[in-house]
Amino acid sequence: MTPGAAVLPCAGDPAGALLVLAIVLPTAGFLLALSVGGGRAERVALLFLAGGFAVAIAIVAAIWRSGHALSYALGGWTPPLGIALRADGLSAVMAMTTALVVGAVALFGRQNFAAPAPGVEARVPLSFWTLLLAVTTALNLIWFAGDLFSLYVALELLTFTAVPLVCLDGRADTLEAALRYMLFALMGSVLYLLGTALLYSAYGTLDIALLSERVRPEPAVWTAAALMTAGLVAKTALFPLHLWLPPAHAGAPPAASALLSALVVKGSFFLLVRLWFDVLPGLPSRAPAELLAALGAAAVLMGSVLALRQARLKLLIAYSTVAQIGYLFLMFPLASGPAGGPVAAGALTGGMLQAVSHATAKAAMFMAAGVMAGALGHDRIAGLAGTARALPMSMFAFGLGGAALIGLPPSGGFLAKWLLLTASVQSGQWWWAAVMLTGGLFTCGYVFMVVGRAMGEKDASEPRIIAAPITGQAVALALAVISMLLGLAALAPLDLVLVGRPTLAVVACR
Amino acid sequence: MTGATLFGLCAAVLVGLGLYGAIVHHLILRRIVAFNLLGAGAFLLFGVVARRGTGAGMGGDPVPQALVITGIVVAFSATALAVALLLRLHAVRAAEDADR
Amino acid sequence: MTFALAFDCGLAVLILAMAIWTIAARTTFPAVVGFVAYGLLLTLVWMRLAAPDVALTEAAIGGGLTGVLLLGATSRLRATEPPAVSERPSVPFRLAVAGLCTLLSAAIAAVVLLLPDPAPTLAPEAAAKLSLTGVGNAVTAVLLAYRALDTLLESAVLLLALVGVWSLAPDRFWGGAPRSLALRHRDGSLSLLGQVLPPIGIVLGVYIVWVGADAPGGKFQGATIIGAMWVLTMMAGLQTPPEISQAWVRVILVAGAAFFLAVGIAGFWLAGAFLAYPTGFAKSLIVAIEVALTLSVAATLGLLVAGPPARPVRT
Repeated sequence: MTPGAAVLPCAGDPAGALLVLAIVLPTAGFLLALSVGGGRAERVALLFLAGGFAVAIAIVAAIWRSGHALSYALGGWTPPLGIALRADGLSAVMAMTTALVVGAVALFGRQNFAAPAPGVEARVPLSFWTLLLAVTTALNLIWFAGDLFSLYVALELLTFTAVPLVCLDGRADTLEAALRYMLFALMGSVLYLLGTALLYSAYGTLDIALLSERVRPEPAVWTAAALMTAGLVAKTALFPLHLWLPPAHAGAPPAASALLSALVVKGSFFLLVRLWFDVLPGLPSRAPAELLAALGAAAVLMGSVLALRQARLKLLIAYSTVAQIGYLFLMFPLASGPAGGPVAAGALTGGMLQAVSHATAKAAMFMAAGVMAGALGHDRIAGLAGTARALPMSMFAFGLGGAALIGLPPSGGFLAKWLLLTASVQSGQWWWAAVMLTGGLFTCGYVFMVVGRAMGEKDASEPRIIAAPITGQAVALALAVISMLLGLAALAPLDLVLVGRPTLAVVACR
Repeated sequence: MTGATLFGLCAAVLVGLGLYGAIVHHLILRRIVAFNLLGAGAFLLFGVVARRGTGAGMGGDPVPQALVITGIVVAFSATALAVALLLRLHAVRAAEDADR
Repeated sequence: MTFALAFDCGLAVLILAMAIWTIAARTTFPAVVGFVAYGLLLTLVWMRLAAPDVALTEAAIGGGLTGVLLLGATSRLRATEPPAVSERPSVPFRLAVAGLCTLLSAAIAAVVLLLPDPAPTLAPEAAAKLSLTGVGNAVTAVLLAYRALDTLLESAVLLLALVGVWSLAPDRFWGGAPRSLALRHRDGSLSLLGQVLPPIGIVLGVYIVWVGADAPGGKFQGATIIGAMWVLTMMAGLQTPPEISQAWVRVILVAGAAFFLAVGIAGFWLAGAFLAYPTGFAKSLIVAIEVALTLSVAATLGLLVAGPPARPVRT
């Protein structure tokens, strides 16, 4: 009798096996790329990432068609002894976003991270391609793992991929930024780990579904929740723990910046959503949700003001990330309203849509900024004049990404903010709406500051702008167009985000 | 009081001490050391949980014990990466100073 | 008060003293020495907590390899002013942090005192399913069967950390060997130790891996001892780290995780689930995975201590 056959009939579920594949494929790619090395790492990475893209589409399709969550018990061992993978609507949306952005980063990275000569291995290409595969493993694990300790390992995997990406160029200031990031991230992981120890001590399981049934408001749970929230907030760079983010995200190579800002910070944010809405639904969460949103509001305002004051383009985009992360946290008090109500459902969809919309828009903006910096030889905003004429495609990508951040229709940002605004008005919490509208004005300010400069006539004394390769520009533009069209998700017959959520009625969000 | 409770209290103090060192030390290497101390405190907490969960003829719950083994290896990897970053930063700074 | 409890009290006091010393020492070197002593004392605690598997890991990694890493860094940074995060924090800031940390300690202590009795545990369930895995050591069953995913990912974490460390090499040295670990003043006693200990340690490590299926021990414990022996011979100057671009180095590093992954995938067809073992073959497969992982983990640990490549490729 095999444990698989004996314990769990669903272990052989073909759709559940897709979740295993989403984690196994990039891991196998990582091992293969590292062992063949040489100049072949790039080809291995592209092949395995393409496979991963197909798997992500299949997962979304399976959840869309069936209308309920997927699960898979690894090795046939059911929780609490074993580990289960689970995919609800939230995870499917994030996995699809990951496949899309990682794929775009891979295509964009080809021009910067090619092997120096056929078959010759060099430091930067090998590191980039292996890390790109590993970051996919880590993120997919975060979206799908149903066990809090496996999620700890996933968080550490994510840190170990993100930190070396920051300092690929090996300069002292990026090394310093990477080291600072590392210290923050490690602290965050240990606090998270302490929380899991306390939860296990109280309930004897780390499985999210089992915990959600057993958790009661008691000292161990409150302490665990506080520790895990603090740790994840530090990793997500929510104000006031945001200081590590701007130098790290601005100092990394453009492809890496896109990955870090678009996806890596979303990993720990996603775990916060899981923690409060799936592990601890039994906790009266009004006060902590208000606190998180207040910090988010501060992040929106501080980040935007600081973005306006930056002299360098990449730093401006990085501070904009600090502000946009703030928006994500506004969903907590709105979505923790009366469970099952349409207000909460709308806020949750709005928050996740903001995460996806920011991921695509911000990746496009970092890529476009990278193209511009490469062509200009610098990224000073004051010296951008003439860029719009020389690099129209990149400038357009930057502008479209910016428009999605501002929330112009029909962008994903528009729909996200619309849903969050509606939820805040309907629940009588208009002050969060005021924060969103003020933040939107600031976003307009810094996006137009860049676009306006770039539209200006080039000074004859400035050096010539070098032509930039077309692939990278096209990839950035494609991502920007996607973020601009994400708002059309409102027309879909099914709200994918809400699939598999027991506490929320599956209702259309309009 | 049992030995497990005693070591649980010990772990609580170690966590506080480690966190303090990891925040206030201004030398990066000292922060890395403090981070390890903090991590050991967290592992010890798991160990106490394991010890309390005796049953089925075992001296403790094997699941948290296994988690600690995984955790120790992960913490070592983190330390190795952090130390390598620190040494590289130091070397690059020294080279820059020499150029000046 | 029983003798056992008195012993535990003494141990706890010693550990706290070492921890305070590690945090409060004025200079780095004594602090690191304090940390190594702290790790060794923790090994005793793990024995007292009836967790010999953890004690082995803590002794080899927590005290041993981490200590080598930190002591090496200390001696390399000693010549000049080591990198600092910022200015020394102000007294009010330190007081505020101290207050916060005290609060945290108090909260955890309160939770420890309020823990449910009887404690929730998975021990009975782990014991009940033990026969399905064929192994006698429940911790090994958790690591390689019930929670095999964690262990698979952990071997990937180690490799990933190594890629991260390598990525910090100067470009001109890529593919070359890491810096020699040999201590500058060739110490006769260390050289002797480097000749005498490794054969014993390797035999011990192999034994620990071998018995791990049924008694305390297992791949990480054995691998760390073997890895530590390798580091010792390198420190004694008897061996130098290999060039990282060599194919055999890469194969040894990746082999363990790759084999584990392959067995896991084969489980789809042979046992009905990813990471499941076919009936009757569970124990032999677990032991095979442990052997493959041991070699890879030992090599990875050794190279993590050795650091990024620091010498040009010999042509």
